[in-house]
Amino acid sequence: MKLGDAFDEMHGQDNGLRKAYRTYQEWLDATAHTRLLEKHQQADLIFRRLGITFSVYGSEEGVERLIPFDVIPRILDAEEWKTVGTGVCQRVRAINAFLDDIYHEQHILKAGRIPAELVLNNPGFRPEVLGLDLPRGVYVHIAGVDVVRVSAEDFYVLEDNARVPSGVSYMLENRETMMKLFPELFAQHSVAPVNHYPEVLLRTLRSVAPPGIIDPTVVVLTPGHFNSAYFEHAFLSMQMGVELVEGQDLFVEDDTMFMRTTSGPRRVDVIYRRIDDDYIDPLAFDPNSMLGVPGLLSVVRNGRVTLANAIGTGVADDKAIYCFVPDMIEFYLGEKPILKNVPTFRCAIADDCAYVVDHLDELVVKEVGGSGGYGMLVGPMSTNEQRSDFRQKILSDPDNFIAQPTLKLSTVPTLIDGHIAPRHVDLRPYVLTGETTQVVPGGLTRVALRDGSLVVNSSQGGGTKDTWVLEA
Amino acid sequence: MLGRTANNVYWMARYVERAENLARLLASTYHMSLLPAASGNDAQQWEAPLQLVGDREDFITRLGEITPGNVLAYMVLDVENVSSIRSSIRLARENARATRPELTTEVWEGINQTYLELETMSYAKMVDQGFREFFDWVKERSHLFRGAIYGTMRRGDAFTFSRLGTFLERADNTARFLAVKWDMLSTGGRPMAAEDYYRWGALLRAFSAFKAYREVYSGIIEPRRVAELLVLRRDMPRSLFACTAEVNEILRHLRENAACTRLSGQINERLQRNRIDGILRSGLPRFLNGFIARNNELHGMIGQEFMLVL
Repeated sequence: MKLGDAFDEMHGQDNGLRKAYRTYQEWLDATAHTRLLEKHQQADLIFRRLGITFSVYGSEEGVERLIPFDVIPRILDAEEWKTVGTGVCQRVRAINAFLDDIYHEQHILKAGRIPAELVLNNPGFRPEVLGLDLPRGVYVHIAGVDVVRVSAEDFYVLEDNARVPSGVSYMLENRETMMKLFPELFAQHSVAPVNHYPEVLLRTLRSVAPPGIIDPTVVVLTPGHFNSAYFEHAFLSMQMGVELVEGQDLFVEDDTMFMRTTSGPRRVDVIYRRIDDDYIDPLAFDPNSMLGVPGLLSVVRNGRVTLANAIGTGVADDKAIYCFVPDMIEFYLGEKPILKNVPTFRCAIADDCAYVVDHLDELVVKEVGGSGGYGMLVGPMSTNEQRSDFRQKILSDPDNFIAQPTLKLSTVPTLIDGHIAPRHVDLRPYVLTGETTQVVPGGLTRVALRDGSLVVNSSQGGGTKDTWVLEA
Repeated sequence: MLGRTANNVYWMARYVERAENLARLLASTYHMSLLPAASGNDAQQWEAPLQLVGDREDFITRLGEITPGNVLAYMVLDVENVSSIRSSIRLARENARATRPELTTEVWEGINQTYLELETMSYAKMVDQGFREFFDWVKERSHLFRGAIYGTMRRGDAFTFSRLGTFLERADNTARFLAVKWDMLSTGGRPMAAEDYYRWGALLRAFSAFKAYREVYSGIIEPRRVAELLVLRRDMPRSLFACTAEVNEILRHLRENAACTRLSGQINERLQRNRIDGILRSGLPRFLNGFIARNNELHGMIGQEFMLVL
């Protein structure tokens, strides 16, 4: 695909300067290029000193890398943000209603709007929590919805990430860093703040404590400091002022969750867990897990501790269920979807599958349960060999794959080897649900640094940018 | 605070203190080796660090001969030597990272910066900038670490357990350092010669105690007084008495009636009751080895009392 085809968020399709970027362009014109390069290096030092690193799976153990940070911001005006912000909140409201439904009455299945077997046989569906009433009926307290743009008006949702989305610490640290590096830019633009995210997160978590708890104790549960997102777990617990615990720090007694402190056991009411369902309780799920807490599920089932996100949200974040989110919005909310779904071919359906294997060079193929940019094929960028490899994989296990047309992701100017060049981006706003569903303006912009690449994941060489939402 | 976190903070402080004390020992050894009269017992000099913290067999297998260069390479940058300065700083930073939310930005960034700079250090670079400068840098980073803790951390559990780690480790290191050096520097009854004064002076400097010695005793350097200063003086920040008094105070503040608090009280009291002549009569190294064992026992009891994870 030619880059020239993509919508550029700074220059539009016709190379005119778009409104949101006017002030920035003036600043850029008045600023020596070398200064921009210096700031770029400074940013690198800041991130290293802060220790904002992630570990790469499959590479040498203990290797810590920085996610490349680009100093040119991605800017959205108030109107553009209104579409995205209300759109992602709408989806999350629908998804929460869907989860509450399928773990109780299953109206949507009875109404035939979603094939029942697709839900009930889904690996993310957890019969263990059927009939369980959760505080405020919330399942997905934190969602990171991946949004891409293809034109001035058209935004698509790629994934809803309803399990344990990560990256929000980059949203916050990117902003901190930009404010340190370019204070004058913030004086010239009225950029909507994001720094209150931890505050909103804490309020959200406290609002879903088990009934009757006046002053709930919240903790962040991490797999430990070798996990790739450990920095973020530490960062969030610190920002919220709550304990960062590992599975070994928690134990169950008298149907209550406790943590081991230097002054004895202390009761825990809400767990913001950054561990997948499979590993959270070795007695209920994977018995080999060393990360979880034995007996956790029974305390959850008795409503004595709240997990955020709840057990069983994976079913909503499955790439096959994804196709039905617009139906959920209509079914539960009686609203029209604000954001578009990418048309999706489910290889489980014979016709779809036949089409997909015939058009691999045009499509993006993904595993239904995959994440992190692993196990996907970007057709237009692929080799013959890769395509025949995928054809084999799809035909031998069609249920495991979906395919979508390759979207021309929008581009934003990015500093590459000392020069400014357009690179493809996506956007992950973070949606919080407690008493209400809300979103902090902006999110994490990920950018594919390789020329022409559409894969923005940090594990695949992606970087990040600060995302500015201009106040009206 | 979580027991596991207390353990991380405690070890973080211990490892930084360990790195500093090793830098002190190596700086002192290096300094003494520059003296003209030192050539005779050069090898013995450089064996001291190995005896203290290294694994002699591992050293001989991997590096061969005990030369100043080999010992420095092994003690400073060798990652396979778990006691090297680099290993200690790595472990300190690893523990800090595991308990990042408990630390202030100043403390974390300080230790992370130390780690990052040390990771780029090579033997050639160390030669180039000078060993002395390098050891001074390690000491400075340790001062900065303690200063950041003292100046920025809330007086809560994280502060308390890091202080506990610092003083327990320092007591141990002072005792070990002195035990190894004592016999090595002993003149065996012959009168002190000029180079002996240098050596004992270098030993005092390794504990930042040269000036204090002059102030307290206002006389020439005598081994007996050096021992008194570093073991029994309550106003010397690196003496056994001062360190154990700090440990005891912290533990009494944490839990008055715990078994570890009682033991730390006994350890400190024993130092209070003793006179230096009595200790020297039965042998200083013997006394110090007994101290090290009890201090280590105390470490185990602290772990059981506060940090039991499972």
